[in-house]
Amino acid sequence: MLYNEPSPLEVKVLSRRFGLPDSQSINTYLAHEGYQAFRKAAAMTPDDIINEVKISSLRGRGGAGFPTGMKWSFVPRNSPKPKYIVVNADESEPGTCKDRLLMEYDPHQLIEGMMIAGLAVDAHTGYIYIRGEYRYLINLMDRAIAEAYERGYLGKNIQGTGFDFDVYTHTGAGAYECGEESALLESLEGKRGIPRIRPPFPAVSGAFQCPTVLNNVETYCAVPAIIRDGGAAFAALGTPKNGGTRLFCLSGHVNRPGVYELPMGFNLLRMINEVGGGVRGGKKLKAVIPGGSSCPVLKAEECDLAMDFDTVAQAKSMLGSGGVVVMDEDTCMVKAALRIMKFYAHESCGWCIPCREGTIWLRKLLDRFHAGFGQQGDIPLIGEVAKNMLGRTFCPLGDAAAMPTISFVEKFYDEFEAHLDGKPCPYEEVNRFALA
Amino acid sequence: MADSVNLTIDGKAVQAAPGTLVIDAAKKVGIEIPAFCYWEGLTLQAACRMCLVEVERMPKLMTACTLTVAEGMVVRTETPLVAEARKSMLEFVLTNHPLDCPVCDKGGECELQDMTFRYGAGEGRFDEMKVHVDEKQWSPVVYFDAPRCILCYRCVRICDEGMGVDALGVIYRGVVSEIAPNKEDHLQCDECGMCIDICPVGALTSGMYRYRTRPWEMEHTGTICAHCSNGCKTTLGTRNGQIIRGNNRDKSGINGEFLCIKGRYAFDFNSHPERLQSPLMRIGGKLEPVSWSRAIGEVARRFTEIRERGGRFGVVGSNRTSNEENYYLQKFARQGLGTNNIDHRRTGDVPALIDALAGRTGVLATVKDVYTAKASLVIGSDLAQQHPLLAYQLRANWRHHQSHTYTVTRGPVREDKYSVHGVRVEPGAELGALESLRDQLKAEPELVILFGDAIKGEAVRRLVEFGDSLGIPVKYICLVDYSNSRGAVDMGLLPHLGPGYQGVENPGMSLPEMLAAEDLDAFWVVGANPLEHNKLAADRAFVVVHDLFLTETAERADVVFPAASAYEKNGTVTNVCGEVQHLRSAVQTMGVKTDLEILGLLSKEMRINLGMWTPESVLREIRQTVRGYNVALPVIAAGGAAQSLPLNGRVTLDSRPELIQSAGDTLFTSGTLGRYSKTLLSVLEYPGVLYGEAAEPEADRR
Ligand SMILES: Cc1cc2nc3c(=O)[nH]c(=O)nc-3n(C[C@H](O)[C@H](O)[C@H](O)COP(=O)(O)O)c2cc1C
Ligand code: SF4
Ligand code: SF4
Ligand code: SF4
Ligand code: FES
Repeated sequence: MLYNEPSPLEVKVLSRRFGLPDSQSINTYLAHEGYQAFRKAAAMTPDDIINEVKISSLRGRGGAGFPTGMKWSFVPRNSPKPKYIVVNADESEPGTCKDRLLMEYDPHQLIEGMMIAGLAVDAHTGYIYIRGEYRYLINLMDRAIAEAYERGYLGKNIQGTGFDFDVYTHTGAGAYECGEESALLESLEGKRGIPRIRPPFPAVSGAFQCPTVLNNVETYCAVPAIIRDGGAAFAALGTPKNGGTRLFCLSGHVNRPGVYELPMGFNLLRMINEVGGGVRGGKKLKAVIPGGSSCPVLKAEECDLAMDFDTVAQAKSMLGSGGVVVMDEDTCMVKAALRIMKFYAHESCGWCIPCREGTIWLRKLLDRFHAGFGQQGDIPLIGEVAKNMLGRTFCPLGDAAAMPTISFVEKFYDEFEAHLDGKPCPYEEVNRFALA
Repeated sequence: MADSVNLTIDGKAVQAAPGTLVIDAAKKVGIEIPAFCYWEGLTLQAACRMCLVEVERMPKLMTACTLTVAEGMVVRTETPLVAEARKSMLEFVLTNHPLDCPVCDKGGECELQDMTFRYGAGEGRFDEMKVHVDEKQWSPVVYFDAPRCILCYRCVRICDEGMGVDALGVIYRGVVSEIAPNKEDHLQCDECGMCIDICPVGALTSGMYRYRTRPWEMEHTGTICAHCSNGCKTTLGTRNGQIIRGNNRDKSGINGEFLCIKGRYAFDFNSHPERLQSPLMRIGGKLEPVSWSRAIGEVARRFTEIRERGGRFGVVGSNRTSNEENYYLQKFARQGLGTNNIDHRRTGDVPALIDALAGRTGVLATVKDVYTAKASLVIGSDLAQQHPLLAYQLRANWRHHQSHTYTVTRGPVREDKYSVHGVRVEPGAELGALESLRDQLKAEPELVILFGDAIKGEAVRRLVEFGDSLGIPVKYICLVDYSNSRGAVDMGLLPHLGPGYQGVENPGMSLPEMLAAEDLDAFWVVGANPLEHNKLAADRAFVVVHDLFLTETAERADVVFPAASAYEKNGTVTNVCGEVQHLRSAVQTMGVKTDLEILGLLSKEMRINLGMWTPESVLREIRQTVRGYNVALPVIAAGGAAQSLPLNGRVTLDSRPELIQSAGDTLFTSGTLGRYSKTLLSVLEYPGVLYGEAAEPEADRR
């Protein structure tokens, strides 16, 4: 059973096997073109594979949107060290819930994507770092991996191609920060999930100090289609430099929340109204967070835009991880900012001063403010504290906490002012004596 | 790659080797970039964000502690933007800081205070509740106050990387992240206090020092540690005539920032309540306090009388008294009393090494060599326990230069963790085991061999032959126990050797022989405790003892002189590598005199002219007459170390190497002296074990 009804507007490439009977099994996968892309890739040169991915203009689905083909090409070819393929399945960005579906409905697609990446960079070992709370998915992936070994799609000399590949799952350590690529690698090595100093980047020195390709689940899942149908076909689905489709996670105050695979560049308002069935209860749209909680908020009037990396960046936000959070007119923006900061204060790894101290400061300040104890100076202070974090933290988590905060204050200044002078939140009753 | 890169820092043209960090390049031209987490020699953290600088063509501020220099790079370290960023970091870190400077030990020498003062972040805008955690005691030595901690991770790294102990770590995350000890609520470690001294704030404080003074109320004296032979410089902080702190935060001396628990905290013997403060004389069978003139008079009278009737003297010198005192004592014995019956507790066979290497140059390693040599071989010593500074140097050499270490020991040692080859042998089989390393050692470009008391007598010559057969440059360190063990040998506290390894005509009695000689008339012990485990056979001998405490030997004495400690005198001492360094008096204890002064007064009373007895005049004589000791005075005077070079001649060897034995002190013991350090006795790790480190099973981890 699927979590949500598909939409007729969807373009199903990665999700096309979702909903098939027994879609997790290797039999279903094989019956629907499974592992054909691998066979094709095994006959190609590494350069050709990477080139095909470049042509597809596939960009990383983990958040930063880095061109995947280019990332793969950074792996040093003649390094004598072993090379690794690592899957970032730590999916923890609030508003994002697509990787779990890709693993739950079609685990072999991910394995095949990893294998092709292995062919491209001459890696023979892959790790899937799965968010610990996704316990059932770890079991499910383990079963799929076991099946692949049984049927000769993993292990030595896969399908007579002479290519060896092993895949292991690794349980995540219960921290959002462990989704940050270098912290993930530390955690994978059994250490505290603290980011690493870069350079060197993982492509040169990643897992166990060896060259490593690290991508999001969805990024790998796009690879079989790219190889099978050609990079150009994939690119053509999206907009220039933003190839293919992407699984948007539509949540919040819409009538039909869910995960929908739509072409890159799909219009955000259409997504809300036509795919998501409009704002719940006929309410007016107030704001949208277009790519997970780390992205600056968009006001309703800014939402008529194409959802690809570059267009959203022009609107001074980010496409991020594809988590589209819709907020209606009854939503308190101070509370939204507070809720987001609670998350970051909880998830800051604590390594660097500005993020460790800044997130908790903002959380406490917003908490107090929302409860009606705000003072005039607090509103600019919220923005200044966030700006003092911005661009100065060790890893992007600090920015991810600062950016939305700055946007909330700038774009909804009046809502902050409405909380001043001891006035309680206009949107809801607040227990003023239960400050966290 | 070019061997130097040109860049501009604050308008100054700077040249630096490729790979240099901007923070270091700036320092070279006198620009100090603030840093909490960066510490030269330790791994990079980029955690405090204090070192942010502007770099042309870079969109964001960059951390100077991780940024390497590049050709044409233009760096600005004090722009308004940079100042504002640093101020904001301070504001952040102060939000959850208790601001209890008035009661904080660090107040006055705190890096956080200094930075706040410099960037004017004194006024905060933080109006919320602070995170509070109660203070914890982790050991008698280490206390931790989490709210003051700024999480720079210096302590974690110095313990793991510097000490090889790895007792500190980080627990929890976010704002409640906390430094934690290795044994749940307490520490099990070296108790060296390196973490405390490296802490930029008052989060880590020491049980010895906390709440006892404000830093500016102390006076500081740089002198040499009174304990082991490594000869660390320790800066003693004193107040009201008491030593209350030892550290080496200015990184001067051969040890840089390093000190072990003994150099840093075991100065407390100095003010132990049992310190002798008056001469004692046996009157009616009991030791009674008497005046100095009476005690000196009595000893002079008896010594003169014994000398005149041709009686037998036995003189025992110390491993801890200064070179000047040792020199003067042997001169007193040989010229004043006419005897070669002089010895000390021998802890390593230095004469055999000096003889085996006679005539060569550049073959005696210094403490610095242990840090720079491409390869080292440790034979028969648990270095981390017995020679903490040498072990620290060796570890740093491996971390910074990937040097190769080989160990030949009878049990696991800390050096195993990084040694390329560790050999376990039965005691006595060390020399034979070297053969198994021959091929590996031959392939090294150079080698420093550090050997303990397992190699003595003939074995030393064979070791040198082995070294010669490798065909590579080899340097040696003969490991000895205490702060001036080496100086005692060099100054001729031996029955068969005078100062500078000059053979004497009629060798006298060794220490065991003196103890066994029933007809000994006088037994004179200057700063040693030979009767701790032995009996003096001569019941009727007149026994004179100089000591700080009423030791087993002093209890048997007829006259006891209360002696000044190493921290109460000027002079020089010679460390395990033959490096001569300056002792400086930091405090005075009422009623005591230095051994040199006691010797001088006695000689005067006995009308023996041995020359002036000031440390300066005796050192002058040593420099003129003792082989190898013509060391550069300005170097020593400036607090440096000058290596003595005694290798210009063969040495008459004693044929009884069995007299040489290390006392086997650990990190937490220090002979008789150590028994009077409350600190050493108080730590859980006391008394410590040699060869007790858990090691990985496989011998060869290459
Ligand atoms: C704080 C933080 C959390 C992140 N969490 C995730 C995550 O859960 N999943 C993910 O794929 N990428 C996450 N990322 C992005 C990764 O660092 C990395 O850019 C990405 O996995 C690379 O894969 P891609 O190129 O396929 O996007 C996170 C980044 C940061 C800074
Ligand atoms: S910004 Fe700093 S404290 Fe925050 S998660 Fe990254 S490294 Fe940790
Ligand atoms: S205790 Fe001191 S040295 Fe250790 S992390 Fe905290 S501030 Fe740094
Ligand atoms: S290593 Fe030796 S000289 Fe250095 S502090 Fe410790 S006991 Fe003193
Ligand atoms: S010194 Fe550079 S970040 Fe701390």
